[in-house]
Order: sequence, then structure tokens, then C-alpha cells
Amino acid sequence: MQTNQLLLLFCTVLLLLGLVAFFVGRAKAARVRASGAVMYAQPDQYAWFAVLSTAGPAVLVGALGSLLLLLLGADIPPMYLLAASLVVAAAGLAVGVAQVKPHFHARQAIERVIRWVLTGAAMISIFTTFGILFSIISEALRFFQMHSFWEFITGTTWNPGASFLAAAGRGDGSGAQFGSVPLFAGTFMITAIALLVAVPIGLLSAIYMSEYAPQRVRTIAKPVLEVLAGIPTVVYGFFAAITVAPIIVNIAGFLGLDASYNNAVAPGIVMGIMIIPFISSLSDDVINSVPDSMRQGSLALGMTKGETIRDVVIPAALPGIISAALLGMSRALGETMIVVMAAGMRPNLTANPLEDMTTVTVRIVASLTGDQEFESAETLSAFALGLVLFVVTLTLNLVSVLMIRRFREKYRVNNL
Amino acid sequence: MSHSFDEISQQLKRRHRKSARLKWISMGALGLAGLFLVLFFADMLSKGLPAFQQAYINTEVRYTEEASRDGRQAFDQDLIPLISRTVVRVIPLQLRNNPEMIGTSEQRWMLATSEVDQYLKGHRNRLSDEEKAEIDERVAAGQVDLRFNKTFFGSGDSKIAENAGILSAVVGTIMTMIVTLLISFPIGVMTAIYLEEFAPDNRFTQLIEININNLAAIPSILFGLLGLAIFINFFGVPRSSPLAGGMTLALMTLPVIIIATRTALRSVPDSIRHAAFGVGCSRWQVVRDHVLPLAMPGIMTGSIIGLAQAMGETAPLIIVGMVAFIPDVSASFTQAATVMPAQIFTWSGEPEQAFVEKTAGGILVLLSVLISLNAFAVVLRKKFERRW
Repeated sequence: MQTNQLLLLFCTVLLLLGLVAFFVGRAKAARVRASGAVMYAQPDQYAWFAVLSTAGPAVLVGALGSLLLLLLGADIPPMYLLAASLVVAAAGLAVGVAQVKPHFHARQAIERVIRWVLTGAAMISIFTTFGILFSIISEALRFFQMHSFWEFITGTTWNPGASFLAAAGRGDGSGAQFGSVPLFAGTFMITAIALLVAVPIGLLSAIYMSEYAPQRVRTIAKPVLEVLAGIPTVVYGFFAAITVAPIIVNIAGFLGLDASYNNAVAPGIVMGIMIIPFISSLSDDVINSVPDSMRQGSLALGMTKGETIRDVVIPAALPGIISAALLGMSRALGETMIVVMAAGMRPNLTANPLEDMTTVTVRIVASLTGDQEFESAETLSAFALGLVLFVVTLTLNLVSVLMIRRFREKYRVNNL
Repeated sequence: MSHSFDEISQQLKRRHRKSARLKWISMGALGLAGLFLVLFFADMLSKGLPAFQQAYINTEVRYTEEASRDGRQAFDQDLIPLISRTVVRVIPLQLRNNPEMIGTSEQRWMLATSEVDQYLKGHRNRLSDEEKAEIDERVAAGQVDLRFNKTFFGSGDSKIAENAGILSAVVGTIMTMIVTLLISFPIGVMTAIYLEEFAPDNRFTQLIEININNLAAIPSILFGLLGLAIFINFFGVPRSSPLAGGMTLALMTLPVIIIATRTALRSVPDSIRHAAFGVGCSRWQVVRDHVLPLAMPGIMTGSIIGLAQAMGETAPLIIVGMVAFIPDVSASFTQAATVMPAQIFTWSGEPEQAFVEKTAGGILVLLSVLISLNAFAVVLRKKFERRW
């Protein structure tokens, strides 16, 4: 039988058993109550307990069994597993119904089960982080067995060459070089351009919205800015490649410069537009949290409004603003679609943003699409790059969180 | 050193001018951000709207005996290069299925090639001068025209530009979103309930909280790596399937739903909980019967916004292989499928000019879905929002 047929059978039988448990449990509880005994819980709660004790262990056994099947390759025929879990279900049904006694706290038992289920749900986010870490690290380690870590970090040539042939048993793949410096240079170049666009515009918009704008403008401008963050990145990528890149090439040509259609400026600018709202909304919150007493003190000393903002409000809000910029930077580093569509594919170590250059995320996508042998060094290199990306963005996020926390403690702001 | 009054008032003027300048500059920055948005939408509309129209040629189709072997025989010879291969190809099939049609003829609007389409829309094309003259003549006679593009909304992907449509991507998106929502909504809401209503304030709870905030900030492409290594390589979920894509996106959407649900739960005042505890409810009964119903509008709003975010996500889906070429609409969770953003990505890589317009058209469809979802979320919030 097919797996999904087995699953269907399992679910159907379990559902039927559950229904039986519910009605038998309730009938028994009603009978006990009718006999005049004082019960600790309502009949429905006994019924639900019976359902839980029927389904819970059975699902657990089924899930554990299939996990064992998958993990250890243990040779349990699926039919046996099905039978085992259904036997457990039947046993659970018997126990559940037997527990319908006046002195049994059915409601508290249910409560305990629910607490466990909720804890389990909360654990999934932890598993996700571990899953990401585990999957990236284990594959990256395999990569570092083939190519030295030092070469990966300091090498200036990225040339996977024919490494996929080596994995298929042909050639030795000795020509392959995995020096990630050009990739990181490209990534940081594009990120720097993005921040050059996003930080001034985002910060100044935040200053306008929090210090100058009338309430009406604020209520309109804030959601409009948020729209910029809601546009899918694939759309920005198309915009960068089709509209912005030719404009950059034309402007460069007008200035007598030679620009590639895959230059780093176009994705940089568009990425900057994308992260404006991240920077402006966080800066806006931070500036709003600077206590008014500081503004009043400054104005009372005869400072103009502009001077107050420049010399008092902004320095006070600086940790929050830096934290916003770091968050924006981490977004820009991990951004994929804009660079995949608008930046180049050629690893190129250069300081000229008008040339085409590639980024870490572009390389990850390029080495994982198409028909690739999963064992090849090129495919595994994607995970090594992913590991570095993970570490860098994690660090940026943590630093950003710490800075905002320091700001919060300094001014005792609670809503940040 | 003492200053005269004049000097001081001069200085003061300068300072006030400088102060005013900051106001104008900051206003300009906001204006610039708004201008970007306007330019962006104008650009997308001007590029994408033409995709909803397609060139058709009105001509006589002769269902002759020869046409049932070679579809091209049904048309005037000079029209053949202008009519889409896809409609020419189906004619023999059509005649084989309906033999009684042989010997008849009819006047029909036939789909033209994308070259004709691009010529009519004034874009770059590969037509010869004679062909252009031929088209101009027929346009004047009302036999060539731009009409509503049914193919774009009614068919799947195709390598032939005029035959490419977005339907298979729309179906793929719906199926992927079903998987995403089925996984992330219950788990997200349960996690939030645990953290807000049940969890003791200890190290473990703090760990979960930090972890969730961190997950929300991890680059989406890393979720793709997780999906590839764990779901596909380890658990053997079929590559490119809505199941694999939906599971990957579910993990990505989880933090969004958790954070939104927590905010919604926190906004329910404690007096409600106290009252429910006071009449003897257990903790779960308080949550199920009192807190959750009151927090539901907020939870729904957050989930819709999270779903819209997942719907526009491309990078992790490329990693799990959802950029497949899907010409047919398939409604299976385990077969290869594509989604709207992935379809946009695929089309943007096609070299033909006609696909630029298709890409922008697909973008308009995606954006309108996302905007309606977000608008729905806002309406929901406005309608059910309660101030305590």
C-alpha cells in the first residue's frame, strides 16, 4: 500500500476511535453522575479526556515510528507500524473510558495535555533555528573537507570550474578555486550603496515625520512608506534590471564613463529604496521616545528647532538610529532576488561600482539551481557561503538588539 | 569680544535659516521616498498593462481535407508567419475530433504571434518590412486588433510568448499558501498562546523569545537552504512541489504570526482574564472561551499580512526548486509547481522582448493580489478593532 493511503487509513480509524471514545466516555460519565455521585469534572471533559488518551499516544507512536524508519533506516514494515499505533489507540481508549471516575480530575488532566502541546508548538521555532544551523553547518563541513577554510576566507579567485565533474567521478576537479573575497567585496559594495541611499532618506523622513509633520501627514506617510517594504523583492529586481540599470548606464555614458548593464549601482539603489521603511520606522520610534524634557531644555537655552534636533535629539537617539541602520544592513546583505536579477554573475574583485560584480546570495542561488550533483564542491559551497551569511546577519541583529536595549534602559522607554 | 546688536541679529537670522533648511531637507527626503513609489508604480503600470491585451487577426479559417493534416493549409499563405504556431497546431486535432467540420469555413479571431503583438504596441520586433505593411493594411481594414488577453489568465507557462499565461502559477501559489497557512497558523497561534498565557518567566521562555525575534531577521534564502537540506534531502519531500515550498515558507511566516498573535493577546485587558478565573475557569478555558475570541481579529490581520509576505517571497522557493517550467495546471501537492513570483523570475530571464511585458503583467497581478490582501487586513482591523 502507498504511504498516503496508509496515512488516510490511519486517520480514518483514529477519527472513528476518537468519536467512539467521546460518546462512550460521555455516556459513562452521564451514567455515573445520574447515579448520584459527585464528580470532579463535567461529562464533556471526561469525554474529551478519553479522546485525548485515544489519539495522543497513537499519534506519538506513529510519528516516532516513522521518524525511526527515516532516521535510522530501521526496517519496520509500515503495516506493522500502523497496526502498532492502532493497538495503542485502542488501549488508550480503554484507559480513557476506565478513567471516568468521580475522583478523577479530567479537567486538570486535559489542561496538562494542552500545556504540553503548546510547549511542543513553541519548541518548533527552536527546532527551526537548529534545523537551519544543522543543515548549513553539516554541509559546510563537508565542503571544508574538500577545500581549506583558509583558502575560502582569503582566496581572491572564485572559480568552481569543473568541480561538478569530479563529483560525478570524471576528472579530479583540481582546477576549482573557492576564494570568497570577490563575493564578499561585491556584497559589501552593493550593501554600502544601499545604505548610502537608505540611511539619509530614511533618517531624514523619520525626522520630518516625528518633529515637523502635522498629524494628518503622519497618518498618511507612514503606511505609504510601509508599502515600499511590502513590495516583493522579485518585483524590485525586475525594476532594477529593466528600468534603473539602463538609466545608470545612460548617465554613466553621458559622463563619459563605461558602465555594465549588470552594474552594482542599480541593485544598490533599488535595495536602498527597499530598506528605507525599515530605517525610517525604527528611527521614528526612537526619535519619538527621546524625552520631551530634553527638547524643552534645549529650546529654553535659545537653540533653534533645527539646532535642537541636530545637537540634542539626534545624539540622544543615536544608538537607536545605528541599530536601525544595522538592521537595514543585515536586510541588504541577505537580500537575494534584487541582486540575482540585476547584479552580475561574474565574481569580480573591483572597487568600481559601475562594473558588474556578484554577491554571496547570487552565488548560493546559482550553485543550487539547475541539475547539479548534490555531492559536488560547488553545491556544497552554497552552504559554506550560507554559513558565513548566517553568522554575519546574526551578529548584526544581536548588536542591533543590544544597542536598542541600551537606549531603552537609558530613557526607560518600554514600547521599543 | 563683544558683538553689536546688528551682528547678533545677523547671526540669529543665519541660525533660523539653517533651522528652516533642515525642515525642507527632511521634507524633501520624505517626498523623495514618495516619488520613488509613484515612479515605481507608474513604470510597472506602463510596462505591464499592455500585457492584458494581445494582438488577434480576424481571418477566414478553411477546414479543408488538407488542413486536417497540416494546420497551415487552413489559412492564407501570407498570413501564416503572423499567426501563432499554437493555434495553427491545434487545427488538425480539432478536425480529427470533429470530422463533420471538414469542408466548412468560418471567420475567426486567431491569436497572432508575439512579433505582431509587439509591433502593434510599438516595441522592438523581428518582422520584415513586407510583413509590417501587410499588418498595417489589415489594421486599417479592422482585421488585426488588440483584444483582451484571455490566454494570459487562462493558461500555464509556455516558451511561445503569446501562449504564456499565469494560471498555473496562480494555482501553484494558492496550493503553496494552503500548505503554509495550515502549518504556520496553528503552530504560530499555539506558540503565542504558550508564551503569553502559559509560559513561566524563566530562561527557557526567554530563549524561545530571543529565538523567534532572531528567526524573523534571518535572510529568507537561509530558509531555502533548510528546506533543501532537511525537507527535500532528508525527509524526501518531492522537489519543486507545493508541499516542499509551503513547508519552507511556513517556517518563514511563523515568526510573523507569532509576533502578531502575541500583540493581539496582549491587547486583551487582564480584567477579562480575572473575571473568567473568578467564575472558576481553568487557564485553558479562559484562553479558549474569552481571550482568544477577543484577540481573533488581531490574529487574523497579522496572519493575512504574514501570508501576503510569504506570497511575494521568491528566494527560498528557488532553492527548493519551485522555478520549474509548468505548462499545465496541476492540482497536486506533491507534483512540480511554480508560484507567481517564481513565474515572474522565470519570465524576466527570457530573452524575447514580448516576455518583458509578460513579466510586468505578472507583477501587476501579484501586486494587485498583495494589495487586496493587505487592504482586507486593514479593513478587518478597522472593523473589529476594540479600544479597551
